Amino acid sequence: MSTQTAPKFNIDTVEHAAETPDVELPWAELGLKQNEFEEIVKLLGRRPTAAELAMYSVMWSEHCSYKSSKVHLRQFGEKLTDEMKKDMMVGIGENAGVTNLGDGWAVTFKVESHNHPSFVEPYQGAATGIGGIVRDIISMGARPVAVMDPLRFGAIDHPDTPRLVHGIVSGIGGYGNSLGLPNIGGEVVFDSVYQANPLVNALAVGVLRHEDLRLANASGVGNRVVLFGARTGGDGIGGASVLASESFDDTKPSKRPAVQVGDPFAEKVLIECCLELFKHSLVEGIQDLGAAGISCATSELASNGDGGMRVELTNVLLRDPTLTPGEILMSESQERMMAVVTPENVAEFEKVMEKWNVEFSWLGEVTDSGRLVITWDGETIVDVDPRTVAHEGPVYNRPFNRPEWLDGVQKDAFRSSAAGKGLPASGNELKAAVLELMASPNMCDKSWVTKQYDSYVGGNTTLSSPDDAGVIRVDEETGLGVAISTDANGRYAYLDPYTGAQLALAESYRNVATSGAVPMAVTDCLNFGSPEDPEVMWQFAEAVRGLADACQTLGIPVTGGNVSLYNQTGTTAIHPTPVVGVLGKFDDVARRTPSGWQQNADGQAIYLLGTTRDELDGSEFANLRGHLGGLPPKLDLEAEKTLAAILINASRDGMIDAAHDLSEGGLAAALSEMVLRFGVGARVALEELCERDGVDAFTALFSESQARAVVAVPRSEEVRFNDMATARRFPVVRLGVVDVLATSLEVQGQFDLPIAELREAHEGTLPKYFG
Amino acid sequence: MSETPLIADLGGKPEEAPLSGGLSGAKIGVVTFPGTLDDRDAARAVKLAGGTPVALWHADTELGDVDAVVLPGGFSYGDYLRAGAIARFAPLMAKIVDAANSDAKLPVLGICNGFQILTEAHLLPGSMVKNDHLKFICRDQVLRVENNRTAWTNQYDEGQEITVVLKNQDGQYVADEKTLDELEGEGRVAFRYVGWNPNGSRRGIAGITNAAGNVVGLMPHPEHAVEPGFAPLGADGHYSTDGLGFFTSVLSQLVEAK
Repeated sequence: MSTQTAPKFNIDTVEHAAETPDVELPWAELGLKQNEFEEIVKLLGRRPTAAELAMYSVMWSEHCSYKSSKVHLRQFGEKLTDEMKKDMMVGIGENAGVTNLGDGWAVTFKVESHNHPSFVEPYQGAATGIGGIVRDIISMGARPVAVMDPLRFGAIDHPDTPRLVHGIVSGIGGYGNSLGLPNIGGEVVFDSVYQANPLVNALAVGVLRHEDLRLANASGVGNRVVLFGARTGGDGIGGASVLASESFDDTKPSKRPAVQVGDPFAEKVLIECCLELFKHSLVEGIQDLGAAGISCATSELASNGDGGMRVELTNVLLRDPTLTPGEILMSESQERMMAVVTPENVAEFEKVMEKWNVEFSWLGEVTDSGRLVITWDGETIVDVDPRTVAHEGPVYNRPFNRPEWLDGVQKDAFRSSAAGKGLPASGNELKAAVLELMASPNMCDKSWVTKQYDSYVGGNTTLSSPDDAGVIRVDEETGLGVAISTDANGRYAYLDPYTGAQLALAESYRNVATSGAVPMAVTDCLNFGSPEDPEVMWQFAEAVRGLADACQTLGIPVTGGNVSLYNQTGTTAIHPTPVVGVLGKFDDVARRTPSGWQQNADGQAIYLLGTTRDELDGSEFANLRGHLGGLPPKLDLEAEKTLAAILINASRDGMIDAAHDLSEGGLAAALSEMVLRFGVGARVALEELCERDGVDAFTALFSESQARAVVAVPRSEEVRFNDMATARRFPVVRLGVVDVLATSLEVQGQFDLPIAELREAHEGTLPKYFG
Repeated sequence: MSETPLIADLGGKPEEAPLSGGLSGAKIGVVTFPGTLDDRDAARAVKLAGGTPVALWHADTELGDVDAVVLPGGFSYGDYLRAGAIARFAPLMAKIVDAANSDAKLPVLGICNGFQILTEAHLLPGSMVKNDHLKFICRDQVLRVENNRTAWTNQYDEGQEITVVLKNQDGQYVADEKTLDELEGEGRVAFRYVGWNPNGSRRGIAGITNAAGNVVGLMPHPEHAVEPGFAPLGADGHYSTDGLGFFTSVLSQLVEAK
């Protein structure tokens, strides 16, 4: 530990603040509204000091306080049933939710956004997005075991898109690959609505033994508070929350980057160091430093614990000795953690730090004063009730109303639009349409991205992209494991945010079940435009209501997540994009089902489960024709539950060898992807399906009706499989067979599409644009 | 078509090590540096091959009684300065270099970052620079075994093609022409990339050995191809466990020597 000499600023002490009530403070520049500033003065009974103002401004920001979203997010708690609580060990409010896996194991996962920083500085923005979500996972006492990245970019041919794609993908790889965490999936979507507002969401999952669970609270009067990891610098001051602004002082370096800079090596060492602390039970409470840095960590730890904490801020190790107390409190420097340690464990704690060469400094201690007191060289610069900073910030009931334009959009169905005329009908036209679909930016092969991520490290990955879900083994002895999928469809949510959010959940749930896992928990990253626009606020309110209702019906709780607002440029907001992650459990990951058939599946029967309706509004096919209107596909959660039960049981009982869910691109995409997965062909016919469901071949191939999946069933299992579907009254139709000798996807009577031709179209798109 | 096709692939015990009798006494050290990532994978591979993995810490000053050492993959010290450049100065590395050069010829395998450390420590010639396409790449990779007379390759056939995992950012093997000619002339190219050179390595070299055959370094990752279910999956439905041969090779040599 080094000792530092505290720089001599003209410190704005609490005493000074009380004596000088009329000093002008830059609350507006720090992003506070007048009513919020007045509330702070009322709470304190005096004007805040510069340091207090800094703390409140970041902690009361939209990003940290959820002030616009809180009134809606409450539903996730209010709509919880006993069934949903059964396996939930930790819910919303902590760093990440925790779900019981049984056998003494638990799993924690969460998805977060790093959208704005990734647009400003794609590499570092995306990299530190991974860093932040991984520290959330460690904070729960867990070992992180995998990451996923749902990404959304502007139009693939926009001149700014390569800058973002290259920067963001290499940032995720550069940081994530260095941590030893397999990247097991995610999404890559292109749509001009995300121009200048790319969505960079990051999901991390960790596992822990029940006894290792840690929470972010500072309990036990006299326990010591320690800050460890990287030093505190001038990066990310105000970062995600408000703009840095103390420009009135021109003695300091100006133009600090608002985006944090990541050091993955420091993070990797921090992970191992924290796990060693947990192993030896050396910390009582722990909190990572993310948005709002030390302001957040001290106020949340104190607020969740016994309520009091005393901190000497000059003990913070700095990269830049010119930082003021307010800047130190707001800095979002990465790779830092704060912990609470009993006096008896101090020496052991220091030994672990020394082993891993991690810098640390003892900042202060837990008190029972009910106050968070921060001193600078002994002089009090912060004296607040930590709950008012961390948890009792402003709450807004923002006005919202259904957009007037929505009726017009919903009436504009694809079939009746100009774009819906002259649809493919002949075999050749259908074949061309399949090729066009599979080469399109959203449906094309994403391995240009995923090959830049390490999916093998750890030796526990058994499914990863392009399979429907990523599957990770948790326990090597028993094969216990988890599956995770993330999904969203901004076009569906634009057409109907309530149903759109539910469809995202349904798809994610279906993906997890398709892999063979039992869905257990939900995390969400709610990406929307400005909450100050009543129409955006309505989209948000509808999406949250939809998600909470659907979670209740499916019986799985939201255990955590994140809200990202202000994703808009000028008055144009992104499509409402609720990204939903579902986590499922395997008793033994050996039972997982891959998303394509292999050579040893020759002759297996290909079945389609579910009903196909004429549902093309909002579809990828309509998107190819530049159309967005009408209503999204019908949601049927009971059908989703039955389908999931069939897929899970069939996987357990060895009745299916491959399964793939139907979503964007419908049956055409599913069959193409199953054939491409291992390069093994198939022969199918659509007549029976078309006759039963009353649709034509085009609709059968491109409709995006929900609650459907394609499976490959060994001949010996066909009777059992059919019996199971029939017993559950679930529609099933035999489409054809896997054919190893056929080097094509043959849709009999329509077209015969060589795999090589399909592969060339599918795999050529991303390299064409990005090299 | 089997009755329970998928499960049969995964559920069975990993391939029995050909020399499992009496091998569990052989101790293979796996070194962890700050930033090492694949140490647990390497230890698992040793165990699956029938040996006993021993965790070694970079700051240790004694090697203990290990019979062989694996330097696993990762980003030691963040690859800052240059991959492997800082790790080579670890106290334990001095012991490893001495033991590898001693008459006892301690078998040492460097995988990926471990290979980079071995070149920095001058146990192997040449160096690794950024992939020619400048991107990180993770893929299933076919290699040809060019030399099956080393401590780590004696269970393979010469010319055998094996599938393991490739994942690196700085994987382009470079050396001056004279060194490359020497390596070729002395049969010290241990592995070559087949089909596609994934990083621009000179002469398609994926791995090399020292003259004595006890020190082998390679960029791809055999430890990720040792267990069905968690390894490269072929279109034929079978997982590659080709990487196990590295570990059974060293164990077999150790047994013969005893």
